[in-house]
Amino acid sequence: MLKKHCKYETQIENGVLTVTLRGEIDHHSAVSVRTEIDSLIYELRPQKTVLDLSEIDFMDSSGLGLIMGRYALMQRIDGELTLKNPNERIVKIFELAGLGRIVKIEEDAEEIGAEDAEENTEKESKK
Amino acid sequence: MKNAENKRRKSPSGNLNELKIKMPSLSVNEGLARSVVAAFCAQLDPSATEIADIKCAVSEAVTNCIVHAYKDRIGTIYINIRLCEERVVRVEIKDKGCGIEDVKTARQPLFTTDAANERSGMGFTVMESFCDAVRVRSKLGGGTTVTLFKAFEGR
Repeated sequence: MLKKHCKYETQIENGVLTVTLRGEIDHHSAVSVRTEIDSLIYELRPQKTVLDLSEIDFMDSSGLGLIMGRYALMQRIDGELTLKNPNERIVKIFELAGLGRIVKIEEDAEEIGAEDAEENTEKESKK
Repeated sequence: MKNAENKRRKSPSGNLNELKIKMPSLSVNEGLARSVVAAFCAQLDPSATEIADIKCAVSEAVTNCIVHAYKDRIGTIYINIRLCEERVVRVEIKDKGCGIEDVKTARQPLFTTDAANERSGMGFTVMESFCDAVRVRSKLGGGTTVTLFKAFEGR
């Protein structure tokens, strides 16, 4: 079994697909993650997809391609894409590309104020 | 006494310290390459930001070799890491792939020849932002050499 550089978990709740990414996003890991997230989006047709980046240790411009690709896909199905807790390195890469204000960003602090309905959650997990 | 000191610090080519890597253009090697460069730079007691910068820049250059230079085949990537001044690391990433037709255009932000595969066109911009200097030499059909210079102030 080869080591996976980027692992993720998915969760769907009230039409919101949350993908929690862990590890390193580069060209190598983006290719497989991309295919798997897309098939989930096509299957579940969420109104909103949240990419949780709080546990990303490394991301290069391939990650930017991954995020913008999912952003475009969500737009195509009339949904939206949000990034959760991107670190300052990730934000910097977005700013270099002039895309700082295109994708919505949510931080954990805002989340606490919202509903914390962790129950009734269908959990899908992939390793 | 001084000679002995130099012997300890200098490689046969007269540089302070040096490491050469030769690897096939497999995408799994993107992570390996940036980790090796980061490990080499550790001797300068770098800050977390400096390490993150050089890792990202190396990742971009190596990815370019894999997705552009050796687009339809597996070729060899040559990486030469040198401590060229007291606190400056020079990383040369070389391929013998297809070469770049117009380097100036290729270095423009968001320019890509491969949008279909979600290449963001930000590789060279990232390298330029995260390093102190970036030199690109390329010949159509002859390959490309990208040289990154990064000064380390340390922690």
